[in-house]
Amino acid sequence: MIPQSHLLVLSLVLLTIGVVGVLVRRNVIIILMSIELILNAANLNFVAFSRQWGDLTGQIWGVFNITIAAAEVAVGLAIVIALFRNRETVNVDEMNLMKW
Amino acid sequence: MNWGLMVFYFFAALATVGGVMMITRRNAVHSAVYLVLTFVAIAGIYVQLGAEFLFAVQVLVYAGGILVLFLFVIMLVNLEEPRRFSGGRMRLAASGIMTLVLFGILASSFARSAPARAVAAIAPAAEGNLQAVGASLYVDYVLPFELVSVLLLVAMIGAIVLGRPRA
Repeated sequence: MIPQSHLLVLSLVLLTIGVVGVLVRRNVIIILMSIELILNAANLNFVAFSRQWGDLTGQIWGVFNITIAAAEVAVGLAIVIALFRNRETVNVDEMNLMKW
Repeated sequence: MNWGLMVFYFFAALATVGGVMMITRRNAVHSAVYLVLTFVAIAGIYVQLGAEFLFAVQVLVYAGGILVLFLFVIMLVNLEEPRRFSGGRMRLAASGIMTLVLFGILASSFARSAPARAVAAIAPAAEGNLQAVGASLYVDYVLPFELVSVLLLVAMIGAIVLGRPRA
């Protein structure tokens, strides 16, 4: 039997790794991948509590989470492609048209 | 020898290593491959927790759909970045410190929370996890289910419109 705290700590570690990835990388696609890692960490949390409470609700919301992540990735990557077509770069530092 | 715990540690180590390697690679394709490793390791943990339907959905949708999408776009946008990290050492150090603070805050709240009540082992439903999830999805959660399908339709239309070449 896996202790609940182990699962929560793992989900926390994955969340922090994803957050660091979003903060420091320049490539927009890798930032999107780090966001997927954060979503996975949240999913792990859902399933861990679903097991603890013996309730299927956590797994159902895990399914919805995965679905929403798929939709978000589709739209995000379409934006990246449109951006690349206009600016010839996927470097986040160079996308600063809205900066004052 | 608690084999279940050993297997969990193995999957957890794989997931963590995959995550760390994913955010530090210079080549985006390598990052995508390490992300697949993380996804599959997490799917393994789902099996251990009795969420077999979620294991299948994770492998199919994440490793089989989302990662393929990422790889397509990476290959369309194939640029070698000379510098990986944005902003230099100060930003790297500041991000690391702030993330450690976030980790500390969340971990301390875990430690201070009430001890988890005795884990009620999910009695494997008589017909299995898939049937139980399906029944719950179509009876209790039919509204979010329908809304999510509309969301997928909207996302598909949006992605096509955004990705179209300018006329």
